[in-house]
Amino acid sequence: MRQLRAFWIRLKGLRRTSKADAEFAAELESHLQIHIDENLRAGMTPSEARRQATIQLGGVEQTKQVYRERQTLPWLETLGQDIRFSLRMLQKSPGFTFVAIITLALGIGANTAIFSIVNGVLLNPLPFPHPEQLVVLHASKPNFEFGSISYPNFQDWRKDNHTFSSMAVSRGYYFSLTGMGLAEQLDGQFMTSDFFETLGVKPLLGRTFTLAEEQPGAGPVVLISEGLWRRKFSASPNVLGRTLSLEGRNLTIIGVVPSSFQLAVWSMGSRDVYVPIGQWKNPALTERGDGLGIRGIGRLKPGVSLDQANADMARVSRNLAASFPDVDKGTTAKLVPLKEQMIGDVRPYLLVLTAAVGFVLLIACVNVASLMLARSTARMREFAVRTALGASRNRLIRQLLTESLMLAIVAGVLGLLLAAWGTHAGLKLLPQTLPRADEIGLDYRVLLFTMAISLLAGTVFGIAPALKSSQADPQTALKEGGRGASGTRHRAQSAFVIVEMATALVLLIGAGLMVRSLARLWSVDPGFNPHNVLTFGYTLPPSMINANPDAIRAAYRNFDDRLAATTGIEAVSQSWGGMPMEGDDDTFFWLDGQPKPATTDAMNGTLIYNVGPDYLRVMGIPLLRGRFFGTHDDEKAPYVGVIDTVFANKYFPSQNPIGKRLLLDGDTRKLEVVGVVGHVKQWGLDADDTRPLQVQLYTAWAQTPDDFTRLAPSGIDEVVRYKGDLTGVTEAIRRTIGQMSNEQMIYNPGTMESAISDSLAQRRFAMVLLAAFAALALLLASIGIYGVIAYIVGQRTQEIGIRMAFGAHRIDVLRLMLWEGMRLALTGVVIGIASGLALTQLMSKMLYGVSATDPLTFCGVAALLTSVALAACYFPARKAAHVDPMQAFRSE
Amino acid sequence: MAEKTDVWQGTLALMVLKTLESMGSLHGYGIARRIEQTSGELISLNYGTLYPALLKLEQEGAISSEWGTSENNRKAKFYKLTRVGRKQIQKESQDWQQATAILARFLTPAEEA
Repeated sequence: MRQLRAFWIRLKGLRRTSKADAEFAAELESHLQIHIDENLRAGMTPSEARRQATIQLGGVEQTKQVYRERQTLPWLETLGQDIRFSLRMLQKSPGFTFVAIITLALGIGANTAIFSIVNGVLLNPLPFPHPEQLVVLHASKPNFEFGSISYPNFQDWRKDNHTFSSMAVSRGYYFSLTGMGLAEQLDGQFMTSDFFETLGVKPLLGRTFTLAEEQPGAGPVVLISEGLWRRKFSASPNVLGRTLSLEGRNLTIIGVVPSSFQLAVWSMGSRDVYVPIGQWKNPALTERGDGLGIRGIGRLKPGVSLDQANADMARVSRNLAASFPDVDKGTTAKLVPLKEQMIGDVRPYLLVLTAAVGFVLLIACVNVASLMLARSTARMREFAVRTALGASRNRLIRQLLTESLMLAIVAGVLGLLLAAWGTHAGLKLLPQTLPRADEIGLDYRVLLFTMAISLLAGTVFGIAPALKSSQADPQTALKEGGRGASGTRHRAQSAFVIVEMATALVLLIGAGLMVRSLARLWSVDPGFNPHNVLTFGYTLPPSMINANPDAIRAAYRNFDDRLAATTGIEAVSQSWGGMPMEGDDDTFFWLDGQPKPATTDAMNGTLIYNVGPDYLRVMGIPLLRGRFFGTHDDEKAPYVGVIDTVFANKYFPSQNPIGKRLLLDGDTRKLEVVGVVGHVKQWGLDADDTRPLQVQLYTAWAQTPDDFTRLAPSGIDEVVRYKGDLTGVTEAIRRTIGQMSNEQMIYNPGTMESAISDSLAQRRFAMVLLAAFAALALLLASIGIYGVIAYIVGQRTQEIGIRMAFGAHRIDVLRLMLWEGMRLALTGVVIGIASGLALTQLMSKMLYGVSATDPLTFCGVAALLTSVALAACYFPARKAAHVDPMQAFRSE
Repeated sequence: MAEKTDVWQGTLALMVLKTLESMGSLHGYGIARRIEQTSGELISLNYGTLYPALLKLEQEGAISSEWGTSENNRKAKFYKLTRVGRKQIQKESQDWQQATAILARFLTPAEEA
């Protein structure tokens, strides 16, 4: 309390008045007078009396000084002085201040933004309890390393394993919701009982499924998401026990899943409804050989390693293969840690970007260090003067630290704004393909870290010269006219510039390679014409769900006809199964004339597209031989198919494939090949060539087996070729559908162009950011080289004057100064190319059609960097060339 | 122990307070002389150090000051104890008595071995 009172009075004392000073002076004066009076009485002479009094006081000025320090808070006062002085110094050289602040802000901002993203995606733990125990389950098959799991196999996995505390599977499904206003498509999941328990997600209300409810034909129950609960039931606590009409059937709501539950793996993401898998009417659900797009999630028992789980599941898979050789031979459980599954694809991109941003930070630090070094060298004289006047070393360091901190605070605030904006913009660039995007926020630890690093660099290099000069005899420093040890400083700065140039070049090479990869990819022919193709899902009214196959086929034919008659639409086709770049479907087959293989493992695999007669016209796929389907290829006509060139070359090399016959697994009919079409890049422009399964088979939608046609009312895809404006066409389609009935709907509209664009999104994200970093690096490096050359020119003005006095021409001086810069730039380029050759190997996975050591890219960016450096050097060099010799001498 | 000793760290404030307690109102020089006399001239006080100590006590509220006239008709600033100061004397005296008592046990030869 006492201390606080004293502190407050001293704080007020900061606004020291001359009145307070005068008062103490008067008090001291009276003290001396009283003392002198006494001394005189003791018989001293007047002068001796005053002398003794002053001696015993300990000096008038010293006493005043000590008193004053007690009056106020001296450290705070010094800080105020330092800040005022720093502001004056920074104001005096606005160029330096501006460049230093911008450099720091860019370094801090870019770094924080990228690290925030990387941190959010790669480093933060997943939002589930004990996430390290979670693995994603796949069934590995000959054609698919990460294939889907058949429900019977899963049931055996769950029963026979010893290493999992629980496991569950799920499968995404679009449910049509009716009976609550307009019909609507709900994003849902069919799942087994332990799904939420495995993840550790507890329902907000009610309970999850029991094992009994999972069984086919068991009680029709449903869990709904918090979102749907709020939207459709106004978050009513009485929602449990009410019914929801999905696919024309009433399901009882037993629980609400919190909206915090999100899982961006396969199609297990955030959904509206969750239905027990036994409710799925797909006849293939109980087929051991059919995966049906089902994926799983498992939780390892505490202490069980992934290797142990792999060994355990390998044993289970072996037993199943022995029991069911016809379908399970070659099928094994494949376990991938959940985190790995979520970020596996983007990890290399993010790591490369992190490295890139690290380089930018390095350049920013080097730039600030170089600036500070140049500045404090130029201020050697000032420091020497201040040392001579009695400034202590600590005082000088404090002053410089204050200056650095002021820069840091301004740059930090700017950097923070930049980082907030950058994180936001970075995430926008990559909305869907970046997993866990919604978990990312600005990371303040990273902000502080980068700020500390760049400041440390600036401060260390700013203070080192000051320390040196304060140690040295101030006389020498003064005599040298502030040019003291300029030789060594100059070398340090040159080294800085070389490092900057080399680093910038490495970044430019990386960005250049990405740009060229993308350019190559964009020019790859996808095998179809993606322009003006619209895709969407379409469901029939729920009343059609239990209709017979003939009625379903008739309803779709009617829909196609209505759609084809809509203005702006040129061609329409169903597409069930595969869709280029978006989804795939496959089947097994064997050639007619061969015996039926005993197991699917021994059969051949093919991608399959179940489409309408106009599919080729919609997609612009070229017909190369024979014919495509016609409307006459219906359920009553002979079973026909069309293959792609890869299929033809693989299975009918140097033969005419027309008229050949195949048998598809699970179908008794023989399929006759009637045509050959061009290959479509199913797996994306970049990845298609590397996938094991490339052969493609088209079948006529009208000839789909009846069992599967019965599933169609819940939704199949339509592809449409349109002309004119996309929004106009979309509206026209909606109008057409509205005229038919409001119980059917279209969903997930999209264009083929955006599908291709999305397939390249990660690459594009990496390219845009790398290019931005490279540009930033180029800018910073050219500021750096400009600064050094300008500094050298300033230091050598006298020398230049002498040269010119001795007859050197302006062009000689220009050349001399340019050569100073070019020597540094070229050294940097050589080092940069050498490091680039080593470092770009790390990004070879991200490249397409360009070698990691592509000479064109290397030479191109080296030339770019050199010319930018040349331009940056030109301005100070020109200034040197215009030095007036007379003035150069006079100024010293 | 003929040599004069400096004031120990932290004791000056207590000496000032005790002096003011016995003398009532007193100016800076008077306080300094009185401390020297009380110590039996064993303490040599650098008078200049007294004033920051007075300022500190005043900032802490233990003493207050006002201008007055000395016995020789000199204008001088007089200091006197406040209520806070009296409490402080009580507490600090106790602390010192305890401290010296403890130290005395170490310094005097053990009697009851």
